[in-house]
Formats: sequence, structure tokens, C-alpha cells
Amino acid sequence: MVNTLRMLGRTGLDFFQRLGRAHLLLLAVLAGVPPLALRFSLVIRQLHSVGVLSLLIILVSGLFVGMVLGLQGYNTLVDFGAAESLGVVVALSLVRELGPVVTALLFAGRAGSALTAEIGLMKATEQLSAMEMMAVDPVRRVLSPRFLAGFLAMPLLAAIFSAVGVLGGWFVGVGLLGVDDGAYWSQMQAKVDLYDDIWNGVVKSIVFGAVVTWIAIFEGYDAVPTSEGVSRATTRTVVHSALAVLGLDFILTALMFGD
Amino acid sequence: MNDTPLVRIRDLHFARGDRPIFDGVDIDIRRGSVTAIMGPSGTGKTTLLRLIGGQLRPDRGSIEVDGEPVHRLRGTALYTLRKRMGMLFQNGALLTDMDVYDNIAFPLREHTELSEELIRILVLMKLEAVGLRGARHLMPSELSGGMARRVALARAIALDPMMVMYDEPFTGQDPISMGVLVRLIRTLNDALGLTSIIVSHDIEETRAIADYIYLLSGGRVVAEGTSAELEASDSAWARQFLHGEPDGPVPFHYPAPDYAEDLLAGTEAA
Ligand SMILES: Nc1ncnc2c1ncn2[C@@H]1O[C@H](COP(=O)(O)OP(=O)(O)OP(=O)(O)O)[C@@H](O)[C@H]1O
Ligand SMILES: [Mg+2]
Repeated sequence: MVNTLRMLGRTGLDFFQRLGRAHLLLLAVLAGVPPLALRFSLVIRQLHSVGVLSLLIILVSGLFVGMVLGLQGYNTLVDFGAAESLGVVVALSLVRELGPVVTALLFAGRAGSALTAEIGLMKATEQLSAMEMMAVDPVRRVLSPRFLAGFLAMPLLAAIFSAVGVLGGWFVGVGLLGVDDGAYWSQMQAKVDLYDDIWNGVVKSIVFGAVVTWIAIFEGYDAVPTSEGVSRATTRTVVHSALAVLGLDFILTALMFGD
Repeated sequence: MNDTPLVRIRDLHFARGDRPIFDGVDIDIRRGSVTAIMGPSGTGKTTLLRLIGGQLRPDRGSIEVDGEPVHRLRGTALYTLRKRMGMLFQNGALLTDMDVYDNIAFPLREHTELSEELIRILVLMKLEAVGLRGARHLMPSELSGGMARRVALARAIALDPMMVMYDEPFTGQDPISMGVLVRLIRTLNDALGLTSIIVSHDIEETRAIADYIYLLSGGRVVAEGTSAELEASDSAWARQFLHGEPDGPVPFHYPAPDYAEDLLAGTEAA
């Protein structure tokens, strides 16, 4: 009994200590972002590895999710004789919800885990220590550019996901199931609101991008510097990012569309 | 030349958790000298270099480098001092996402405004000194352990520091490059007016170039002196370490129960 309590206490304490360290790290990382304006090439390289390398999985997934939406949406709508509204259904689902959320989950799996593994390995092989001894702050040199790149890449990836998804829905709905082409696009244009739908979706994807990247670089930087420690940190990145994204999605949705 | 020691360590105490690593260590590193720190595996030699570099902080005692109290420095002051210290890590610690050339150019690009032409000349000079000018386009993963350490040495002297700390520079070197490296450390030290600290197990090589030797064991300095002084000393520590004798004050075995009893104890108690 006492032991159980003690273990609970220790787990709780560990959790809050990690949370504290994560916030301190975030502050240090953010302080390193403005100077990057002078060395933007560092960010470009990271944008390539975070963004461009995630592109393929985002394109393929977006296409399939859009096609499934087209199929499911058509089957429901056709019962109400509202098949022309398919464009609206597909676009709203993607822009408001699936675009930011699915992209963030894929981003955590593809880019987040890679970031954690890379930073954790740099720590395990003393590269971060060596930088410190060369009077180069690894937080500013290694973490800040990666954070900024993740922050910038995620909304763009989510936009691409939604755009490809709309095309996937069009392909199934208009191309295969015979929904009217003009109706698909004109209904979408009429019913999707720039502020209420698109902008809110963009806000979600910005928040998710920041949170996922933050978790990924913190887990890497805080990893136990052994191969086992790095592999556990990588797993944690994916799990914690997924939980954070889904939890935040509920909160943000409630705030944005709740009234 | 100023004859106060470049590094002055007094009453150093440092513990990892409950385990004391240093328990009252005093060390002086004379300017312009090559000083060796020797001792059995796990006595804290690497830890000592990290304390001197300000990556770890002592629990008690002081560490001064060129008059600056490293143990109290933070932020910019610490980084300014570190630009004047080079450190060769035990495994090289090269940046794995850049090739050899960029690794050596890294500190120059971070800390100077030199043009790329000038950086190229400096990098090639440092690479020539360690005999790896031809390997400049290889990635760290394509280097052997010994080559990696030589690249790391070139990087450590890239900014022309006042002091270089070598953590096990000789392990993984074949006899030829070992000889070259031994002479290189001595030559660099004398030609560039450096001060060198070498941590090593390789007694012969280290004794050949060290002006002064500290033997560490059990968290204390157990013997010190020039190579000849240690040879002549009647310290049991010095004799055992210099001659690699299995018996002596340094135990080979981690503390354990009696061997015979242990073998006959049957199954392993949980
Ligand atoms: N990060 C750490 N956390 C806890 N203990 C550590 C850590 N790093 C080193 N130690 C302990 O500190 C002691 C000294 O380690 P150190 O690496 O300084 O030894 P060393 O003298 O360099 O050994 P070697 O010659 O094998 O490199 C070791 O017993 C090690 O177990
Ligand atoms: Mg060591």
C-alpha cells in the first residue's frame, strides 16, 4: 500500500518534472528562433527533411481519404436526394477536421519520430556535447531550426492534404458515381466559409505542428543517451503526439464551432 | 610568460548520485606543458575533462582555467572561454550529417567571419597535419575509429585554442599512426604554444610525451610527478600502474563474495 503510494508519487513527480523541463526547453528554443532570420539556410535544410520528405505520404493519404469521403458521402447524401452537396461535405470534412488531424498524425509518425531519433542519436554519440565544447549552443543550432521548420511545414502539408483530398472526392463522386461536375464545385464555393472553415482549420494545423514538433525535439533532447533510450523516446514521440493532437482537436473544435 | 598554472583545481568534490567520483582532488596544469591524467577505467578521467570544460559542475571545490572560475561561469562568459579550449572526445563525436571538411570548418563558420577561401586554407592545413587531407569528402560513417579521432583532433585545433584536452587519443590507432599522433601532439603543443591535457591508458606512449603525470584512483590523486620521478618513486600505485601488475593497491575485481563459496552456492539468489 505504502509502496503503491510511493510509486504513484514518484510517477507523478517525474511527470511534472518532465513537463517543467519541456517548457524550459521550449522557451530556450523560441529564444533561438529570431536569430535564424540571419541564417535561414539552416531552416531551409530542415524544411526539406521535415516537409519535402513527408510530402509523398501526405499526398497518397490525402488522395485516399478524399476518395473514401466521396464514397461514404455519396451513399448517405443520395438517400436524401442531395448528392450535389457532395463537394461541400468532402471539403468541410477535410478543411475543418481531417486535413489538420490526419496530417498531424502522419507528420508525427514520419517527421516527428525522425526528429526524435536524430536528436537522440546526436546526444548519445556526444555530438551535442561536442558542440557545447566548441562554444556552439546545441539548442539554438540544432533544435531551433528544426522547430521552426516543423512549425512552418505542418500548415502547408495540411493544406496540400485537403487539396488532394478534394480532388480524390471529386474523382470518385463526379468521375465514378456521376455527381454533377458544376454542382460539386459551385456548392463547395458557396458553402465553405473563408473565416469559419478554412481559417479555423489553418489555426488547428499551426497548433498541431507546433505541439508535435515540440514533443519530438523535447523527447530527443531529453532521451536517455543509449540506443535503447533513443528507441523508447521515439515511441513516446509518436504516442504522445497522437494523444496531444486528438485531445487538442477536441478542445479547439469546441472553442471554434461550439457556439 | 605567465607562470601561474593554466588550470588550477583545488579540493574538487564530485558525486554521481550517491557515488563519489572525486573526493578532494588538487591538480595544476602548467602553461605550455603536456600533462597526462592516468588511472584505471571508470575513475572519472572523462568526468574530470568535462568538469574543466564546464559541462559539469563540482559539488565542492574550485576549477580555474586561465584565472577564470569555470565552476561559476555561465552563459556567454563560459562560451567565450570554451572558444579557447579544444576537446577531443573519446569517440570523436563528429557531426554525422556533414563530411570531414565541413566538420572541421564548423567551428570556423560558427565563430568567425572568414571567407570560404580562407576557411578552405585553414581546413586543409589542419587536415594535412593529421594526414587526412585526402579524406576530406568522406562522411563520418565512412571513417574508421582511428581516422575519426584524427579528424576530431583537426577540429579541436581549428580555432587555435590555448589548450587542448585529449580523451584517449591513442585507442584504435595502428602502430604507425599512433607514433605519428604521439609526435603530433607534442609538436602541436610546442609549435603552437598550446597546453595539452591527455587522458589515456596507453602508458608507454603517454609517458613518452608527458611532462608531468597525475595518477588518479578511488577519487584521489595517488601519485604525481614526471615520468622519471614516478619510475623512481616507491609508491605502490605508481609501480602497479606503470608496469601493469595485476596485484597491488588497484583491485582488478569489482567487490564480490568469496569465489569458492560463490561457485558452490547453487542457484542464483534473486
Ligand atoms: N551520465 C552518467 N551518469 C551516472 N554515472 C556516470 C555517468 N557518466 C559516468 N558515470 C560514472 O562515473 C564514473 C566515471 O566515469 P568516466 O567516464 O569519467 O570514467 P573514465 O575514467 O573516463 O573511464 P574510461 O577510462 O573507461 O573512459 C564511472 O564509474 C561511470 O559509471
Ligand atoms: Mg573516459
